[in-house]
Amino acid sequence: MSSPTTLNLDAEALYASLRGGVRSLLGGSPDVALVGIWSGGAWLAARLHADLGLTGEPGVISSALHRDDFSERGMAAGGGATKLPFAIDGQRILLIDDVLYTGRTIRAAINELYDFGRPASVALAVLVDRGGRELPIEPAFAAARIALAPAQRLSLARADDGRFSFAVEEEGN
Amino acid sequence: MLSRRNPQLNRHGELIHLLSIEGLPKAVLTQILDTAGTFLSVNDRDVKKVPLLRGKSVFNLFFENSTRTRTTFEIAAKRLSADVINLDIARSSTAKGESLLDTIANLSAMHADMFVVRHSESGAPYLIAEHCAPHVHVINAGDGRHAHPTQALLDMYTIRHFKGDFTPLTVAIVGDIVHSRVARSDIHALTTLGVPEIRAVGPKTLVPGDLREMGVRVCHDMAEGIRGADVIIMLRLQNERMSGAMLPSAGEFFKHFGLTADKLALAKPDAIVMHPGPINRGVEIDSSVADGTHSVILPQVTFGIAVRMAVMSTIAGNEA
Repeated sequence: MSSPTTLNLDAEALYASLRGGVRSLLGGSPDVALVGIWSGGAWLAARLHADLGLTGEPGVISSALHRDDFSERGMAAGGGATKLPFAIDGQRILLIDDVLYTGRTIRAAINELYDFGRPASVALAVLVDRGGRELPIEPAFAAARIALAPAQRLSLARADDGRFSFAVEEEGN
Repeated sequence: MLSRRNPQLNRHGELIHLLSIEGLPKAVLTQILDTAGTFLSVNDRDVKKVPLLRGKSVFNLFFENSTRTRTTFEIAAKRLSADVINLDIARSSTAKGESLLDTIANLSAMHADMFVVRHSESGAPYLIAEHCAPHVHVINAGDGRHAHPTQALLDMYTIRHFKGDFTPLTVAIVGDIVHSRVARSDIHALTTLGVPEIRAVGPKTLVPGDLREMGVRVCHDMAEGIRGADVIIMLRLQNERMSGAMLPSAGEFFKHFGLTADKLALAKPDAIVMHPGPINRGVEIDSSVADGTHSVILPQVTFGIAVRMAVMSTIAGNEA
């Protein structure tokens, strides 16, 4: 069993910082589409999309079908489904995720994206970069950079009123 | 036999073979249906392929012919990036006298990872699952009169897609129930998923009263059987049954149990009509119904690929 503990990370304050970072990455350009990585990233993308007054709908992408640990972990239950309500060919994409760690989820999400077409560019903005990269993937913006032990699992939670918080779970406890 | 662990599940209760719906918990069925929903969208992409079974070999062993089922399994495996080997086994080794287990041993030596088995003998896929190497997974694609679990799962997916919730539904299965592995698997799946009223509809020779032991309502009158139904599953009337004393003629069967627009009007206004195919127009179903607005026969085929992808990826990801 894992035991959630509250880390001193103010997810709402970090969200405000992410919103500012994404706003400047978009640079007033209407032709960049937000795509949130299921599930935490999708929550963030939906709220960013509304708060920044963007038109259309944000995309949601699931990494489940391109995971590299399938042979060890099998099909994950409830891995979410990709929903991209716009054409990917020639589109500039800004991926949004809650926590960036090894980079493997981002690799899988980019592969998933390419199953729908050839985007013009793909960038990444995250709420928290916790280091520990195992692939050459870097975010264009991270609202916070923190260090966590490998056994600690950081996950974003969303309350009924839409407010965000972070929980840290200790694996193996 | 009964005291033994279900051979389809590993010690964690995860699915490692799909041999029968009977004995599978609701959570396992629901997980496959949920996973199938994810795979349905793969069919709409530019790249209709995901890499989950890359480097795996799936052997289609059809000891009994079935072009459609074999094709949908082949498409499902290929969309998961597996290598697919189709063996027209009815006309090869078996004809030369090789035993089933010798055939399996030889194919295992060719490094098979999954067997999809269709066999006229009930239980053949169980025998294979018991004797194959631990890393090999077996899917029953129809065995004798016993079971056709992937057909049942795609039927459940179809019902859930169009009706949402299973718990308020009345489902009528019409036709040759006694010889139908589809009916048997459907009844188990509908029961597990909480359908309160399952009706088995047909003449006494094809719908014996002892079906009541499976918890179904037996109806020998078509009007009684489909009145108020939300879902009507028509079964193919198997021509080979006509030669015996079970039925007077196809025309006689159609008159009493063929689904026509008039009879369909007795069901709920939003009832759906399903059929596992291939359909016999004018024998168990009228063309106007098969092609009509209530028919979901072609969506069933599309869903069948996603459901088979879900089954293959689920069992391939679980260790014995």
